[in-house]
Amino acid sequence: MPSRYIANTPDEQKQMLGVIGAGSVEDLLVKIPPKARLGRPLGLTPALAETDLIRHMTALAARNANAESHVSFLGAGSYDHYIPSPINHMILRGEFFTAYTPYQPEASQGTLRTIYEYQTMIAELTGMDVANASIYDGASSLAEAALMAHSVTERKEIVLSRAVHPLYKRVTATYCEGPGVRLRDLPAPDGVTDLAAARQLVTAKTAALVIQTPNFYGCLEDVAAAAELAHAAGALLVVVADPVNLGVLEGPGKLGADIVVGEGQGLGVPASFGGPNLGVFAAKTELVRRMPGRLVGATVDRDGKRGFVLTLQTREQHIRRAKATSNICTNVALCALMATIYMATLGRRGLVKVGELSTAKAHYAAERLAKVPGVSLRFPAPFFKEFALKLPKAPDRLLPRLAKQGFLAGVPLKSFDRSLADCLLVAVTEKRTKAEIDAFAAALEKAVA
Amino acid sequence: MADAYDKLVFELSSPGRVAWSLPEADVPEADAKKLLPAKHLRREAPELPEVSEFDIIRHYSRLSRMNYGVDTHFYPLGSCTMKYNPKLNEDMARLAGFAKVHPLAPEASAQGALQLMHELARDLAEIAGMDAVSLQPAAGAQGELAGVLMIRAYHASRGEKRTKVLLPDSAHGTNPASTAIAGYEVVEVKSLPNGEVDVDALVRTLDTDVAAFMITVPNTLGMFEPRIVEITELCHAKGVQVYMDGANLNAILGITRPGDLGFDVCHFNLHKTFTTPHGGGGPGAGPVGVKAHLEPFLPVPVVTKDGDEYSLDWKRPRSIGKLQAFWGNFGMLVRAYTYIRTMGPDGLRSVSDNAILNANYIMKRLEQDYDVAVPGPCMHECVLSARRQKKLGVTATDIAKRLLDLGFYAPSTYFPLIVEEALMIEPTETEARETLDAFCDAMIQIAREAETNHAAIHEAPVTTPVRRLDQTKAAREPNLKWTRRV
Repeated sequence: MPSRYIANTPDEQKQMLGVIGAGSVEDLLVKIPPKARLGRPLGLTPALAETDLIRHMTALAARNANAESHVSFLGAGSYDHYIPSPINHMILRGEFFTAYTPYQPEASQGTLRTIYEYQTMIAELTGMDVANASIYDGASSLAEAALMAHSVTERKEIVLSRAVHPLYKRVTATYCEGPGVRLRDLPAPDGVTDLAAARQLVTAKTAALVIQTPNFYGCLEDVAAAAELAHAAGALLVVVADPVNLGVLEGPGKLGADIVVGEGQGLGVPASFGGPNLGVFAAKTELVRRMPGRLVGATVDRDGKRGFVLTLQTREQHIRRAKATSNICTNVALCALMATIYMATLGRRGLVKVGELSTAKAHYAAERLAKVPGVSLRFPAPFFKEFALKLPKAPDRLLPRLAKQGFLAGVPLKSFDRSLADCLLVAVTEKRTKAEIDAFAAALEKAVA
Repeated sequence: MADAYDKLVFELSSPGRVAWSLPEADVPEADAKKLLPAKHLRREAPELPEVSEFDIIRHYSRLSRMNYGVDTHFYPLGSCTMKYNPKLNEDMARLAGFAKVHPLAPEASAQGALQLMHELARDLAEIAGMDAVSLQPAAGAQGELAGVLMIRAYHASRGEKRTKVLLPDSAHGTNPASTAIAGYEVVEVKSLPNGEVDVDALVRTLDTDVAAFMITVPNTLGMFEPRIVEITELCHAKGVQVYMDGANLNAILGITRPGDLGFDVCHFNLHKTFTTPHGGGGPGAGPVGVKAHLEPFLPVPVVTKDGDEYSLDWKRPRSIGKLQAFWGNFGMLVRAYTYIRTMGPDGLRSVSDNAILNANYIMKRLEQDYDVAVPGPCMHECVLSARRQKKLGVTATDIAKRLLDLGFYAPSTYFPLIVEEALMIEPTETEARETLDAFCDAMIQIAREAETNHAAIHEAPVTTPVRRLDQTKAAREPNLKWTRRV
């Protein structure tokens, strides 16, 4: 069966071989040692026609509970926020969608301008001076921040709060293995970081103190106090923050953070079973030459007209090779474009509204769910859009039943922290309605009875 | 004539305009100031634009027209495999059962997603002749980091502390960068003038301090490494692991397999070979395949199958850990899976056959007017040198800029580093003969202009939204965000 993705017909191929002076494609493979050749077809499923393939894919997709088929209270780093329709229409324009990294700036001004807009809006939300063009996801952004703090301070320890997303910590540990950077755990006994303990742990050996706000448990952290403490020891403060919350919450940069990283999936990027996501990375101006990833800057062309280019590239792997600030090349530009259009669409007032609605509904849900007999809020600290519930029955046993009733009830905390085996992390975004929350509370009440 | 549009979205802002639609609060208390302590609240609303929905559409549509993309232009960037990105892939990735699935949904409620990952990993293992594949790395560079960390863990598990990784001087920049982050000293091995590995030099460098040899096949000059089997055997004899950078996998589908060549690890760039879009720089996906002896070190979790049930296996004590928070760039995995199922084994083989045919056709048509870096036949890409044109005052950059005016994106320039004034051209299998002919005609026209009329070349580009840009100013006076002019 001829393939619709290969243009040249057998006749055209023959004519081209004639120009080359070869009898067949085989004649072009002379440098491949015969013993290295695969003497059989690949053992793969035979090609499927479009209609058959759609049937197969639709059947696979139908086996996955999702934010359309269920009412979702899942969070822990990926959230069901509103995605305005124009985003998908705009990213599908082939000029954006099928372009490469803008290494030929004159033919890539569209991409370069959107990245410049992205950098501007991320810097504004995080309260930082500069933002890069993106890292893979929140976790790898944190890992890059840890390595950057190590290289800036020439110190070998990172003090990480236990209220930072545990999976982010695992990724950071992977990246720190080679350079020999040690991670030290900072306790967070009541769902918030123990800053008194931090005073002991953050020392002259500490490259950075890392906190997350709202943290993994949904609770708000005291960024200003953490900044003061880190700076007193000559360490950097790295804050993990979700930019979609920053219409309402203060930008960590304004409270003293030196580097702000985070997961930008909430800014218009579909959950997609966890990826691709959007690694946000922003820092103070004085750190810009140590930053990982691409940066777009404004300049002028030969005629003095405004234009945009990739800049400060001597930080990057294609120039500096083994001495680059990071190995990142491909980033998540298209997700950054989704976020750009999202931030421009929501704008000054819309993003505030998203934050207000999320926190209002989360507080209503917390109050409503804590009224279910045997259920209580696990932590007393102020939270934003996510909170831990203590349940009278093992969450693992309740979830399948609630899923059958149409609710993705939350993320069980057992696998992240054994001491929280009876807890469920519940996230509430602006998309949830009071009616959905009430129905969920009723279903939970029956399930725990 | 280039579009004269020169706005940023901030410059469209008009106080009071909205592009969003959100419901009013339906819960009793909706005032964030009453719900949250004041010290956490933003003092001033963020300075974001206020525009209408149609402003958004018009603005980003016009910005998109300032780009060349594969959909609109021939994009012969060597090493990047800028092939057509099938639209069906996009439809499939947008099914709610893929796009709207949460990564921490109960495994029993995500069986379709896990099945897709399991089957894709199996298919990639078959394509590369590897025993196991992790889909987690987010891009090629992260696949490299994962691969080198697995090699490191493997040596450590045998009580060996090796300190160096060897790379040819023609390597992609990510190779030394990833290797350095993995904690190794990077040692460059000089290539032969024809771009092949200098096997004698390699043998002299191989010792018990060397953890791995990392190499791209076909190499970055577009040539198959003729002594590759001998090279992997020599490495193994010294206990050295061999890593294949899979950037050029589009050349060898169904023809030969990294695993059969003796490689212990290789990564895949799904955004190159397997048609997931480049998106202006990402996202990609960089799965990594390994031979059985490295399997215990794969990133966690691994998708496993027991009977008809799929699950995520976290109980892997020797794993190198995690690379991103969740399981991989799943949206890209759906696209690659769709593509592999569309093509089947015969289709994938004809991908490589036609990629090779197209590259050799270009090389043949241009060999009179440009120096070829290495005589052919080549694999899926060919490297030319503009050294002849440079003597006339026309550089590889000049040629690239002139191509933009003639309606083509540029080849990769100045890479590989070992070729003077390199122009690296990768046409891919999805381009038709007439497009290749038009491109070759343009290249020949530029070669003529270099001999007779420099003006058009040095003025270029003139048809793009901006002309050549001042890179020095950008780097010396960094302007990395928009600020309102007071």
